[in-house]
Amino acid sequence: MANEGLRDNETLSSLKNESETLKCKLEEERAKLHDVEPFLSVFFFQQDGKVIVWDAFTTNKEHAVTMPCTWVMACAYAPSGCAIACGGLDNKCSVYPLTFDKNENMAAKKKSVAMHTNYLSACSFTNSDMQILTSSGDGTCALWDVESGQLLQSFHGHAADVLCLDLAPSETGNTFVSGGCDKKAMVWDLRSGQCIQSFETHDSDINSVRYYPSGDAFASASDDATCRLYDLRADREVAIYSKESIIFGASSVDFSLSGRLLFTGYNDYTINVWDVLKGTRVSILFGHENRVSTLRVSPDGTAFCSGSWDHTLRVAVGHQRTRPPAKFIFHSGPERPPQFIKSSATAIIHADSPC
Amino acid sequence: MSSNSNLTTMRRLVEQLKLEASVERIKVSQAAAELQQYCLQNACKDALLVGVPAGSNPFREPRSCTLL
Repeated sequence: MANEGLRDNETLSSLKNESETLKCKLEEERAKLHDVEPFLSVFFFQQDGKVIVWDAFTTNKEHAVTMPCTWVMACAYAPSGCAIACGGLDNKCSVYPLTFDKNENMAAKKKSVAMHTNYLSACSFTNSDMQILTSSGDGTCALWDVESGQLLQSFHGHAADVLCLDLAPSETGNTFVSGGCDKKAMVWDLRSGQCIQSFETHDSDINSVRYYPSGDAFASASDDATCRLYDLRADREVAIYSKESIIFGASSVDFSLSGRLLFTGYNDYTINVWDVLKGTRVSILFGHENRVSTLRVSPDGTAFCSGSWDHTLRVAVGHQRTRPPAKFIFHSGPERPPQFIKSSATAIIHADSPC
Repeated sequence: MSSNSNLTTMRRLVEQLKLEASVERIKVSQAAAELQQYCLQNACKDALLVGVPAGSNPFREPRSCTLL
């Protein structure tokens, strides 16, 4: 009975040995190419759970949807701008069509798309309004058809909760990166469900991952107080953004349009701006009165928005200290990922949790 | 049987590692150079890098007009 399933010359210990050898070989292969030292650099909800879409210029609320579940942890805008997706402790991701008609009850038109067996940590539409990619505390990511709610592909491989995901820029193909509590960042093929590359150099949970604008690299932010840059073609970490004085976890990360600057939000209430190529810190932004939980740069690169447990979203143009953050938007709960739509921060969507 | 499931897990791990080991890699110097090139090529379009002229800042505080 104990030999059932074994092939010739194969035992549990021989497989273990083989996997150890392969792991060493992987590191050796990566090290061989290490020829130089790399670079030395607006859903928001209240007590009963609301998702709010804000106009970043006027600070007016454009839409508000009441969610039946109280903890919304993820939200996303559809590429067309006609729908939003959100979810959280309800283990689901639901899609709401957006309407400007005041008489229509948006919550009534809700469509439940994704079903996980644990909380929804992140969601994102793919190139169209028709598919949604989700990540969950159940350790998996999944791709869903919005219309039918059907599971199109699932992604297994993380050993713990998956906290974040980011889709590759559309020109570079069908992949996405995910980060989890197992300290790993994994790159997946959307169609096959296969993990194509994985990186395990962080010392703690990875809270946020974001692709470099060209799609050839991605950055990660972790509870180990560092952010790191991984190059996909060199298949290794190529830069680490850290300082001895930074001891609090990094919650969020995003690149400027050219990829030269990396904006990172921390649990010590600050935002650090790094020179991606030099690995040095360019700026430190103060202003939030509690931990910065989320951060995004607008699609046209003119502004960035940070959200915090101090119940505000702040939009800033430029990072020089002489220019104060341009707008303050107040609401009543800690911030979850905001996302800009269209150009120039015309609207911000974010999700909020009750205090 | 737990020994069989261990076996399946290990086998899957070995397969995954073989796949990852076979990935085509380029030298770090080349990868770094290409990242740098992308940055420099797009630097002029990056408003957060080069700044935005004060007049066109969409978020500037609205100024009141004075009537003379």
